[in-house]
Amino acid sequence: MINFHYARATDIADAIRQIAADPAAKFIAGGTNLIDLMKENVERPTRLIDISRLPLKAVDETSQGGLRIGALVPNSDLAYDPLVERRYPMLCSAILAGASQQLRNMASTGGNLLQRTRCCYFYDTATPCNKRKPGSGCSAVGGLNRMHAILGASDACIATHPSDMCVALAALDAEVHVVGPVGERTIRFTEFHRLPDDAPHRDTNLAADEIVTAIELPARGFAANYSYLKIRDRLSYAFALVSVAVGLELEGGTIREARIALGGVAHKPWRDPAAEASLRGKAADATTFAQAAHLYLREAKGYAHNSFKINLARRAIVRAMTQAARGTPQSQSHKQIR
Amino acid sequence: MAQPTRPGQSTIETPGKIAVTLTVNGARTQLEVAPWTTLLDALRDHLDLTGTKKGCDHGQCGACTVLVDGRRINSCLTLAVMKDGASVTTIEGLAADGGLHPLQQAFIDHDAFQCGYCTPGQICSAVGLIAEGRAKTADEIRELMSGNICRCGAYPNILAAIQQVMGRS
Repeated sequence: MINFHYARATDIADAIRQIAADPAAKFIAGGTNLIDLMKENVERPTRLIDISRLPLKAVDETSQGGLRIGALVPNSDLAYDPLVERRYPMLCSAILAGASQQLRNMASTGGNLLQRTRCCYFYDTATPCNKRKPGSGCSAVGGLNRMHAILGASDACIATHPSDMCVALAALDAEVHVVGPVGERTIRFTEFHRLPDDAPHRDTNLAADEIVTAIELPARGFAANYSYLKIRDRLSYAFALVSVAVGLELEGGTIREARIALGGVAHKPWRDPAAEASLRGKAADATTFAQAAHLYLREAKGYAHNSFKINLARRAIVRAMTQAARGTPQSQSHKQIR
Repeated sequence: MAQPTRPGQSTIETPGKIAVTLTVNGARTQLEVAPWTTLLDALRDHLDLTGTKKGCDHGQCGACTVLVDGRRINSCLTLAVMKDGASVTTIEGLAADGGLHPLQQAFIDHDAFQCGYCTPGQICSAVGLIAEGRAKTADEIRELMSGNICRCGAYPNILAAIQQVMGRS
């Protein structure tokens, strides 16, 4: 691995002071993605600022009936938190669909948001990549792009965001609390990650001298009618080709509120508010689900090796909505898809 | 030591070694490591505990699994300096009073390995799995052990060994 300096942050203000003082420094918490990328020579910080001991490990109820999740809560603790299990089972399901238990024991909630893409060209420093080296070109557009984006991509980058947890957080309308030199601010989850456009080296709208302190969930948890369906090459421990988080609020057989977020298809978890709005007041049946699937993929564009994802995503949306409406969410251990 | 340099950047001062205290398999241990030393390399190269294996070195295979403060983690993606003060259990620390740990005995009983390279990680991972108490069914054990790859394909026997210790053989 490359050489670097190591320093421990004593509190949040100290962490911000240290990162502001050294543009080549990076924060480290769980380290599951950053250390891997440093071994691959993709990330080359000259200093790591260890924030893993900061007091950001609590899950607290908010006065608005939601939850505030500290940025350093390990992914496994969050997935097994009794309050989260009862009120936001979609989030638990999405977390348990990702990585391995060892990695979930290490990875932090805030760090999960800041994972880099697993695009093979981003990892391969011998090839051009606009995300790794702005202006060098995109090797995936005309290369091996089976895992790549079908929605919201640009000529500069067709990488996807790898997180499962973030797909559920997008569907739940979470908010991200951050602190920087000028104070605190809140970023809507759907505005936290960016589309690539002409600046794919910027994954998120977090500033370099800001730190994620918490994720806030609103009261609405869709605990009765939800599913997280992940389609991948292996039954476990693989990134999504396509994943779907669905939350429904039903009144009899009618949809009162619908949330659909897609993973594995874009540079960020993919929401389509217009398509969701069109579902309100419709019958929760196969015809409606097929319409939703059609709407979500209406602007999809495939590349040489990933066009299959477009139909796969449509069918996954229909299946996940059916599971949610029936109240039989996809199990993450019993792998049969029903 | 050579000065670390980056293309396009000026030379930076050489980072020095950092003192770290770990309790490894019950024994309090002090060592001095460079910031970039992983917990895996600290165990193997500084403490001569070579039972913990380096497989992929990227958190994908699970051969480096150890228990830190009772939780299973990938030691290849963990910096030793970040675990200052922690308690680490490796495969060498599982046997007590001269007898094998029940999982070690179960792996022998069920022939749960061929080449054996993944076995220390499999066993440490299974210790963590049982302590978590989340896996009840065979499907749940398989899913929660999916971070440990066995290229010899001993999975059915590994499952049987874990089930034996969980009291459901």
